[in-house]
Amino acid sequence: MAQASSLAETNTSSNSTLKSITLRIARFNPEQDDAKKFMEFTISYERWTTVLEAILDVKQHFDHSVAVRYSCRQATCGSCGMIINGKPRLACFTKISELNSNVVTVEPMNNFPIIRDLAVKFERLFDTHHKVKPYLIRDDTEIETSAKEFLQSPEELEQYIQFSNCIKCGLCNSACPTMATDSSFVGPQALAQAYRYVADSRDKGKDQRLKIIDDSHGIWRCHFAGSCSQVCPKGVDPAMGIQLLRGYMLGFKS
Amino acid sequence: MRESIIMKIHYGTALAAVALVAVHILMRLTQGFAESLQYESVIANYKFLPYAGMLEIILILLSIHGFNGLRVILLELKQGRKYEKAVSYGCVVAMIALIAYGSRTIIMVNTGMV
Repeated sequence: MAQASSLAETNTSSNSTLKSITLRIARFNPEQDDAKKFMEFTISYERWTTVLEAILDVKQHFDHSVAVRYSCRQATCGSCGMIINGKPRLACFTKISELNSNVVTVEPMNNFPIIRDLAVKFERLFDTHHKVKPYLIRDDTEIETSAKEFLQSPEELEQYIQFSNCIKCGLCNSACPTMATDSSFVGPQALAQAYRYVADSRDKGKDQRLKIIDDSHGIWRCHFAGSCSQVCPKGVDPAMGIQLLRGYMLGFKS
Repeated sequence: MRESIIMKIHYGTALAAVALVAVHILMRLTQGFAESLQYESVIANYKFLPYAGMLEIILILLSIHGFNGLRVILLELKQGRKYEKAVSYGCVVAMIALIAYGSRTIIMVNTGMV
């Protein structure tokens, strides 16, 4: 289905910097459809217009039934992950102008079950994230009067700080080739979080976490394709975290 | 067995196999290719126990490494409790069968059956 309407035609402002692109949105309702189909919309954009804004324009002016998940619009909540022109990205963090294409195709993330259109289920991501115990494990607690803080040196902080930037958007899991075939694989997001806590000097749960990820669908199924690190919008390097975790498993680190 | 132990064996067998296969190739270079594959030459190799022992070790290393690799590939292709058990035990059985078949040749030569 094609809609040739343009926002430029409906917009009365005489801004000459407006350009237009064709936005192709994947439509799929698992309860009704057998296969994904694409709807095309002509959308005007400015240099700063993001893909999410373009999708919201479509919802506002052409088809309100397009399903998309979003919230913060500033790459913080991790809700609007999708495949944009073939690459997993955050729609709110991707400017149309930086794609250098007259056609922008948006599809739901790979390796996630589709709820509808661009919205996917996050249950598996949250389950695997929860599985690696993403919190500090200690016998004592900060409630003790003698120790209200767990002090760390800047060097100790550097060991894990980049991994704490994870926003659970799922783009790394979407890009992972092992996730595509192994439905039981823990995934780069959870493995990176396992490393984040294992490397934290305040944490005492290393052995528990290493045991959890040391199974036939755990850390060893990573083939180090590195695509998880390529797509992370927050600069986290899950592939490196996984290799560092392997260092613990192989006895190179303690 | 824990997966980390299996993978340590996997990496270890790969490294050891590279070293021993290099020795094997160097030994083959001591004579011409056609000459090397002659019946008498092959039998002589098997009767030379240090070399036959090395071939046996290479067979074991490559079988362990290869069948574990196959197990990993099959586990990634499909999941399920029964399937995964069948793959794991199937690979162990196939590995033992291959090692037994390869060893049989060396034993037959050295016991005068060939």
